Amino acid sequence: MARLNSPEELEKFRQEVVSKRDPNTPCISICAGAGCIASGASEVIAAFKAEIEKQGLKTDVADTKETGCPGFCERGPIVVIYPEEICYLQVTPEDVPEIISQTIKEKKVVDRLLYVDPTTGEKATHESDIPFYKNQERNIIGNNIHIDPKSIDDYLALGGYSALVKVLSGMTSEEVVEEVKKSNLRGRGGGGFPAGRKWEGSRNAPDETKYVIVNADEGDPGAFMDRALLEGNPHSILEGLIIGGYAIGSHEGYIYVRQEYPLAVENVNIAIKQAEAYGFIGENILGSGFDFTITVHQGAGAFVCGESTALMTALEGRAGEPRPKYIRSNIKGLWERPSVLNNVETWANVPLIINKGADWFTQFGTDGSKGTKIFSLVGKITNTGLVEVPMGITLKDIIYQIGGGIPGGKRFKAVQTGGPSGGCIPEELLDLEVGFDELSKAGSMMGSGGMIVMDEDTCMVDVARYFINFLTDESCGKCVPCREGLRQMLKILTNITEGKGKAGDIELLEELSEVAGDASLCALGTSAPNPFLSTVRYFRDEYEAHIKEKRCPALSCKELISYHIDPDKCTACMICLRKCPVEAVDGGKKKIHIIDQEKCTKCATCFEVCPSRFSAVQKISGEPVPAPIPEDARTIVKKSKEK
Amino acid sequence: MDINRIDKIIDKYQGDASALIQVLLEIQSENHWLPKEALERVSEKLEVPLSRIQHIATFYKAFSLVPKGRHEVHICMGTACHVRGATRVLDTVEDLTGIKPGESDLDLKFSLETVNCLGCCALGPVMEIDGKTHGKMSPPETADVLKSYE
Repeated sequence: MARLNSPEELEKFRQEVVSKRDPNTPCISICAGAGCIASGASEVIAAFKAEIEKQGLKTDVADTKETGCPGFCERGPIVVIYPEEICYLQVTPEDVPEIISQTIKEKKVVDRLLYVDPTTGEKATHESDIPFYKNQERNIIGNNIHIDPKSIDDYLALGGYSALVKVLSGMTSEEVVEEVKKSNLRGRGGGGFPAGRKWEGSRNAPDETKYVIVNADEGDPGAFMDRALLEGNPHSILEGLIIGGYAIGSHEGYIYVRQEYPLAVENVNIAIKQAEAYGFIGENILGSGFDFTITVHQGAGAFVCGESTALMTALEGRAGEPRPKYIRSNIKGLWERPSVLNNVETWANVPLIINKGADWFTQFGTDGSKGTKIFSLVGKITNTGLVEVPMGITLKDIIYQIGGGIPGGKRFKAVQTGGPSGGCIPEELLDLEVGFDELSKAGSMMGSGGMIVMDEDTCMVDVARYFINFLTDESCGKCVPCREGLRQMLKILTNITEGKGKAGDIELLEELSEVAGDASLCALGTSAPNPFLSTVRYFRDEYEAHIKEKRCPALSCKELISYHIDPDKCTACMICLRKCPVEAVDGGKKKIHIIDQEKCTKCATCFEVCPSRFSAVQKISGEPVPAPIPEDARTIVKKSKEK
Repeated sequence: MDINRIDKIIDKYQGDASALIQVLLEIQSENHWLPKEALERVSEKLEVPLSRIQHIATFYKAFSLVPKGRHEVHICMGTACHVRGATRVLDTVEDLTGIKPGESDLDLKFSLETVNCLGCCALGPVMEIDGKTHGKMSPPETADVLKSYE
């Protein structure tokens, strides 16, 4: 492919790409994101290719496209057929011949693969009819299903790199910074710092050499929106980054991406090669005289490297430890030079703001938080996946309208936002509008956008212990309040969940939280107590039940619960007896089963396999296990006739 | 690991000391662990003190200073998997293999690691063995999957 040397050449080439594509040719888009691949998308893709060949179809009759993640991970592998936009869910290789012969050849819809609304029983043929999608505002992630991330032409066909053209051919760097400032775009990685102000600081810094950096070290457990963007639409991030480089006068960009995301690394490297070949990266970009290079740097597995100064230290090839921020990194960052570091999603917003204008962007959202935000909705939720919503939507709408509520008829307990250092928001606050300031006020934070839903079976003390454990493990150890404080907090929380809590523990935890919050070096430490503080704020009774009554109200903490078979309900079906991995269930045919508490490892297998029509296996906490019934009463004799 | 191969990796980064982490990552990915000789070679070629390399090799989770088993078992301990019972999956693997996270068994069949999130939260709890994802694991299913590896 020849280099494109001017905006005119790019536009001409774009026309060529578009004219070669007939929008009416059936195109089978199959999600090849990491989530769907894990559910078997690779086999589905292979099956489509084989079937198209087998049925003798040419690529101008039916083509396949391996796209990025459209977000509905719960129902993967996802297949969307264009131009009709027919959306098939949970497709298996066995379904493929039928899809080809019915939908592609006969233009008929395969009913059984459509989405069925669980409440109304209605089927949804098109992607946009599915409630999960209908209630979203998919500005950034919406293109994923239209793009093969390994094809720059796909991105160009959708108008890609036109924002770069606009910037290079008609905007000064001040104007670009002004537009981003006007949009009030705030950092999507967690801090929520206004991107425009960060850029302005770097632009005005006197140093000649400056850097722009993409933070793709997405470490929050349960959050994967940055991965979906990098894997699914890498060019949008490159375009944003090049524009950022132009705006602040930087000629070198870095992408710091976790090594745990091999597909993202692969796709972004391919994208850079293609952009170089077309002349969007390199010297004299589109004849503008602006030079820019991008280097990919893989992280080596350290959560703290998501912190800006730690990330820059890691980029320099050292152990990623944060430094105090007396001078902000946009003035003195990587190699002591002005460095603008923004999160993946923030960069992905930039081309949209440039193309459509700050006024378009600010129509979404609340006063303080503009635009849309991608959340990864996971945990005890019916529709796990990525959702993009305008800021200001309520938590209730996200969880119930889009997420489809809690599965299994369970009761909602809390939603955890903001990653490990975020907080848990209880049911009373579900009407809270989602925004940077609103979430902080509720004791949580926006973070990068993880949203973990918890139901009645989740123990909030255990959740706090889980996060503090995570952060203790990930603390880099440079400063004492974080390194030692978290370790002590973990010790106390572990004791509480194991029934060894004592009076005064909560107060001690509060004191430790205060010190870690005030005196830690970086945001990891200062926000680390949040999981404890927010759970104790809203669920203090659970802490007290653990400490005073040695009872876990959610029946979740292993050391505080026992399993017991209700002799009145047991029908001696032998299922739990056979499944128990440690042979702790005693019984036989027509002999009521009893769990040997000495042998029981509390693995919950019996609880899960006991058929729901019996529900004989029960969890008990805070009270002694009833004594086993006498041996002679264990034989089941036609109960029904006795009465 | 062959010293020429290490040199080749270092040359790819033009012997730039800031590429230290990238060099170690490549050695780790090819060799599955970082032998002392490899670290010494990197130290010599990149002119970085061995103590700093040791610092990095122990700071980041991706590196291992001991040999790994034939099958690398990763248990996802992300929040979504945690609330869906990842601890029970981990307990099962620990019981069956007799090793804790970070360890390998004596005949180097399995290595066990916990990871923070594999990003397939819809399939939680998730166990990954040699890059293959096994989703919606329960303790009995975990045992079945482990038994299928030789």
